[in-house]
Amino acid sequence: MIACEVVIVGGGLGGLTLAASLGAAGIDVVCLEREAPSRTRSAAHDGRTTAIAYGPQQVLAACGVWDKIERDACPILRIHVADQDSPPSLSFLHHEVGAAPFGWIVDNRTLRRALEERIAELKRHVRVLAPAQMATLDCGALQARVTLTDGRVVTAQLAVGADGRRSASREQAGIGSYGWDYGQTAIVATLLHEIPHDNIAVENFLPGGPLATLPMTDARRGHDGLTHRSSLVWSEQTAAAQALMTCDEAAFTAALQEKVGAWLGRVRLEGPRFAYPLNLRRAKRLTAPRFALVSEAAHGIHPIAGQGLNLGMRDIAALRDELVRATRLGLDLGHPDILRRYEHARRFDNGAMVLGMDLLVRLFSNAIPPVQTARRFGLGLVQHIGPVRRFFMRVAMGERDTAPFPTPKTG
Amino acid sequence: MPHAAPSVAEDEVARFSAQATDWWNPEGSFRALHRLNPLRLAYVRDNICEHFNRDPEKRQALRGLRVVDVGCGGGLLAEPLARLGADVTGVDASEEGIAAARAHAKLSGLKVDYRVDSVEALAASSARYDVVTALEIIEHVADLKSFLAAATKLLNPGGLMLLSTLNRTPRSFALGIVAAEYILGWVPCGTHEWQKFVRPSELTRHLEGQGMTVTDLTGMVFNPLAGAFELRKGDLRVNYLLAARKA
Repeated sequence: MIACEVVIVGGGLGGLTLAASLGAAGIDVVCLEREAPSRTRSAAHDGRTTAIAYGPQQVLAACGVWDKIERDACPILRIHVADQDSPPSLSFLHHEVGAAPFGWIVDNRTLRRALEERIAELKRHVRVLAPAQMATLDCGALQARVTLTDGRVVTAQLAVGADGRRSASREQAGIGSYGWDYGQTAIVATLLHEIPHDNIAVENFLPGGPLATLPMTDARRGHDGLTHRSSLVWSEQTAAAQALMTCDEAAFTAALQEKVGAWLGRVRLEGPRFAYPLNLRRAKRLTAPRFALVSEAAHGIHPIAGQGLNLGMRDIAALRDELVRATRLGLDLGHPDILRRYEHARRFDNGAMVLGMDLLVRLFSNAIPPVQTARRFGLGLVQHIGPVRRFFMRVAMGERDTAPFPTPKTG
Repeated sequence: MPHAAPSVAEDEVARFSAQATDWWNPEGSFRALHRLNPLRLAYVRDNICEHFNRDPEKRQALRGLRVVDVGCGGGLLAEPLARLGADVTGVDASEEGIAAARAHAKLSGLKVDYRVDSVEALAASSARYDVVTALEIIEHVADLKSFLAAATKLLNPGGLMLLSTLNRTPRSFALGIVAAEYILGWVPCGTHEWQKFVRPSELTRHLEGQGMTVTDLTGMVFNPLAGAFELRKGDLRVNYLLAARKA
């Protein structure tokens, strides 16, 4: 039997970030990852990139991970929002809201490697078991208990579900969820291109779904003399996406070049294409006795504005703050007060973001003329009203609600 | 026999004993105490840290301090203090309460020295402590003067005593008894007798009679908007906490 203070089910980016954050605060953690390290570290495991907003960057800095990825993180200094084929109708410049960039683009493999490195340094407090597949989760009055399929048992004061949209721990804890499919699939790939991106992120709302290019650091070794890199997130109706996934690279590149236009010059793929079906899934509650949900297990949203991981990072920061506060009071880390405060801190932010992103998808993924006109008018409005612009930018930067509770001395 | 001590009220001991197995159920009879506990702990920790010059941000802020929790019940205060590194003794007149406390400490992997004893009997031994805590207990004792004399005797010179209780005011009757027991059902009916509640002035007088100096009085007030208790310096009308120093 393995005993710890907090057991985290799921060793993805969310689970590992929580593990590093708690470990850095001196809390003993066991993190359970279903897949073997040889798989999670392989190039085929995850082709996505992550947009780390300013708020979540602070979370990574606090647990000592940011230092390890800073070199590979490309700052976003400007965001263009374009509606279909009209010229960019909305443009945000980072210095309108302060000196810091909007965020940084990092590929998930780099982030994962940095988290693993940090966790290795924190081995006094953090253990990752991989492969370790949960068979049952039993949250009793006195402790949480995870039994693995190989018979091992992990006990803790608190169990955290960080096992993604189809969270098995969420089901075991008896927390329901709801959601729907968008009928869209995101094609994700890394692009090499001729002209530097100038740290500009472009989100182009096309009828099939948004197409975004996100600035990345230059490739160490390019192809065909192309070394500048951007991450492509191209959402399409699922049938169209399937066609784009199965066609040969030349056909794909041609279709892509047409959509991206000329501003990056000649483009080509650096590696494979990945397909991710887009859906929304939200847990009905965030906590149950001795159990809490974070990240995508709590709310998987559409990546339309790159808010998925940011939302998860805010869960992690809130849960970390509550647990640190509890350790300073000597409380059992499964104390209902901790869970009540966590649920309270996150409910509104999560709800607002899930709804907001859903609305955005529905608003932008169509070509109905009146909606299109209203949309252009709306974008124009946001463009011209300073306070509204700054509000949108702060949300995009993840500044709202990053530290829901400053750790209080009393109370 | 601990029960022969002047401060032990037999009927009160019997009532809490009957609830002993329920001590650690956060939704059971002691639900209100579980809800109040983080706030009481914050007060206790901060006062101890200030008095003994400790860093409250440390996980082991109370390392090495000898603390006795009088009327420890199932160990709701004793266990967290042990987690913060204190060397904790818990005493209670209820054998069932101590049995529940011992069983739970074992499950939590914590070392707490639990004893079925009265405060007077413990004071008659040679055991001395840096801190004496007695929370939500003095409104249940039969002889407050004897209780406080013994609690004072348990302290080393320069030691710290932390108490909490309910004030004897019309408001505490309305909120502490009528609302908490009969309307909201936060605590079982018959938990408290209003006549046994203690005014801050009475408590201060008793303590000064023992040579103690009261250093702080703080109210614990229920904020219906937040749905939680909070510490409030100026409002001692219902629940309050007190810190006193031994010369």
